Amino acid sequence: METEATIATQASAPASSRTLTRMVARVGQVRELGLLVVLLIVVAFVGVQQPRFLALGNIEQILQSIAIIAIVAVGEALVILTRNVDLSVGSVVGLSAFACADLLKTHHDLNLWLVFAFGCALGAALGALNGVLVSYAGIPAIVVTLGTLNIYRGIDFAIAQGKQVNAYDVPDSFLGIAAGHVLGVPLLILAAAVIAVVAAYLLRFSRQGRQIYAIGSNPDAAQIVGIRKARIVFTAFLLSGLLSGFAGVLWASRFALVDSRAASGLELLVIAAVVVGGVNINGGSGSIVGAMLGAIILGTIQSGLEILRFSPFWLQAIYGAAILVGVTVDALITRRVQRVLMAQRLR
Amino acid sequence: MAPTPALVELRDITKRFGDVEVLHRVSLPLYASEVHALAGENGAGKSTMVKILAGVYAPDAGMILLDGAPVVLHNPAQAQRLGFAVIHQQPSLFPDLDVAENIYMGRQPLGALGRVDWRLMYRDVNALLRRLDARFDAHTPVRSLSIADQQLIEIAKALSMQTRVLVMDEPTAALSTREVEDLFAIVRQLRSQGVAILFISHRFEEIFDIADRVTVLRDGTHILTKPRAELTQSETISAMVGREMSALFPKQHTDIGPVVLEVRRLTRPGEFRDVSFAVHQGEILGFAGLVGAGRTEVARAIFGITRPEAGTILLDGEVVSFASPAEAMRRGIAYVPEDRYQHGLVREFPIATNVTLPIWRSISNWLGIVDQRRERAIASDYFQRLQIRATGIEQVAQSLSGGNQQKVVIAKWLATKPRVLILDEPTRGIDIGAKAEVHRLISQLASEGMAIIMISSELPEVLAMSDRILVMHEGRITGSFDRNEANQERVMYAAMGQGQGQVRHGN
Repeated sequence: METEATIATQASAPASSRTLTRMVARVGQVRELGLLVVLLIVVAFVGVQQPRFLALGNIEQILQSIAIIAIVAVGEALVILTRNVDLSVGSVVGLSAFACADLLKTHHDLNLWLVFAFGCALGAALGALNGVLVSYAGIPAIVVTLGTLNIYRGIDFAIAQGKQVNAYDVPDSFLGIAAGHVLGVPLLILAAAVIAVVAAYLLRFSRQGRQIYAIGSNPDAAQIVGIRKARIVFTAFLLSGLLSGFAGVLWASRFALVDSRAASGLELLVIAAVVVGGVNINGGSGSIVGAMLGAIILGTIQSGLEILRFSPFWLQAIYGAAILVGVTVDALITRRVQRVLMAQRLR
Repeated sequence: MAPTPALVELRDITKRFGDVEVLHRVSLPLYASEVHALAGENGAGKSTMVKILAGVYAPDAGMILLDGAPVVLHNPAQAQRLGFAVIHQQPSLFPDLDVAENIYMGRQPLGALGRVDWRLMYRDVNALLRRLDARFDAHTPVRSLSIADQQLIEIAKALSMQTRVLVMDEPTAALSTREVEDLFAIVRQLRSQGVAILFISHRFEEIFDIADRVTVLRDGTHILTKPRAELTQSETISAMVGREMSALFPKQHTDIGPVVLEVRRLTRPGEFRDVSFAVHQGEILGFAGLVGAGRTEVARAIFGITRPEAGTILLDGEVVSFASPAEAMRRGIAYVPEDRYQHGLVREFPIATNVTLPIWRSISNWLGIVDQRRERAIASDYFQRLQIRATGIEQVAQSLSGGNQQKVVIAKWLATKPRVLILDEPTRGIDIGAKAEVHRLISQLASEGMAIIMISSELPEVLAMSDRILVMHEGRITGSFDRNEANQERVMYAAMGQGQGQVRHGN
């Protein structure tokens, strides 16, 4: 009997192994297809209720807010892939936005490149602090970034002291950046696309990029093969901060009116986008493409609900629900795949 | 001894964990082009040796020589660079990534501009996998592979590096007969290429099939090293087990009553198969076998933690099936797990709270508030009966010694007033004195009429304590001995799957 069973497994193994590879690949495709369907349903629903939603000008508006979310989501995806989380991104965007706008208010003639450099450097410094505390002090990311979420926002409040920066306080050239186009493509969208492509490329084609997946997939095994885990996790947090800082400058340029509450709660939207896009909340799997798709869907839902004049409380509830749905779907898929594998091994 | 100098030599290696010396001045030379088998009971120090060669542990004394020159292995990555590769029983891979990346993680081939050359990597890995006759390709996600296939990935990884010393820690434990043959073909191939292989296995047929030389460790000391040809199985076994039993508490005589718990053809695929036995009132049934033989899994199934796929459990002759441990507890079964820290004890709680934890419902009012007086009364009772050494029942569990922690865990389950008590490695990690006290306690409980199943990997303990001994090997019962017919050799043979007169491969 034993020999019979061995022969049977022998014969079926190559075929089933191939089926499995295909199945795992298909799970990813099905998920992305599902997201596209959800996107179409949302667009159709809102479009019927409020045809203005589908006007070209409005679509561009929507894409611009999506672009800012997407840039932050790239950084968040890097962090989540390493089995960590960055809750401070909203505060970093807000602090960077206010600091840059305030800087321009007092120094009207400042070179705009310098403003961008300042925003990015500020974000990188804030991200580096998160990274040091997580990687080198060994404090769980959720604790560290929950702390800095409030600390960074507190600094924002302290600088602003209840004041706000208005459109007339900053030079028009700065406001023109977010509204600008290159070869007919809105600048914000171009920036987000370039960042996403570079990040996706590095995740796929650099050793460090692959090590991000390895750390998230099995941190102990990563250590055994000599991956410098602390350094890579630190870098992920640094990049998340840098991209949030950059997004903050764009935020200031786009909305013109900035107070200390800018981008409050953005972290929820961004994490929801990343998770809905299929990045595993436990790290190790997921893609930038997926995260971008998640950002597009949640950004569209956000704009749609705003145009339909839903209360902002609804938005919060929807982001929360999106995270739960995303994680649940992942868990269900994993369990399903696992069950098929088990059944196969016992055959 | 051998004509050429050793490729690697462990010289007078000593390793301590706290006060316990797990390796005592062990020396072991490994030569190029040899397979050297390392044999020994559980706890003999084999895994510690492996971890030292892997760069995980640093020895407290002694040195490692590579090509005659001393080396220090600081960490696994550095050990790998020096040519040491270790294949563990449980592969540690990246389940989300594919086979190729698992093999080349951190050292992927780079093309122009430092870009990972995926095509080259897949080509190399596929060539490697063909050499190993693998039934999967470089693109297969590791999550979908069996343990045997994952093992093969570890071997492929070792092959892809310039491995000179390959340590294989029970690589065959999860493999089928055919897979073992395939593996051995690869091992012989590596040997012919000049690799030194340290091979650890619990299976004698494998050791005698593949090894050129055999070393036996016992209790952290080197017992013998001999060429395979000069060694017999029985010689190896007596070298492995020869240990005294003087430190153990002799079992007191009890009258054995009717059957309390019976198990018939219990099966859970991948864990155990066709397990049948009965345990009587007042009886201590010893469960012997090597780590991973499936004994704990059987206990977990009886206790309702997992569900058996086939077979029946009878309590007082009535068929029962427990959906949860709580149900098993209500019917009078208690299970003291092996890992006190993980499953048995809330370390931050005082003794009193720990003891009454499983019965808090019965000593609390309708609001769920525990009656402190009753909690103290029950805890004090067991505190005295079990002679727990502590300042009082308010002492926090984590500040107790290992033996006293174990007594608290046992007290906790005794508080549920069980009729069947399953003990999993009840004396692991506690000192000799405390061991004797735990043994006395077990013996006393049996004399009070409790039916006891004692899982233990320590042969002397099983032999001294049990009325009857069952031996498991790879998920099956391979031996059953009465107290007076059991001895170390017979039990060890059965535990190795070499049961005398037992039919193992028959079905």
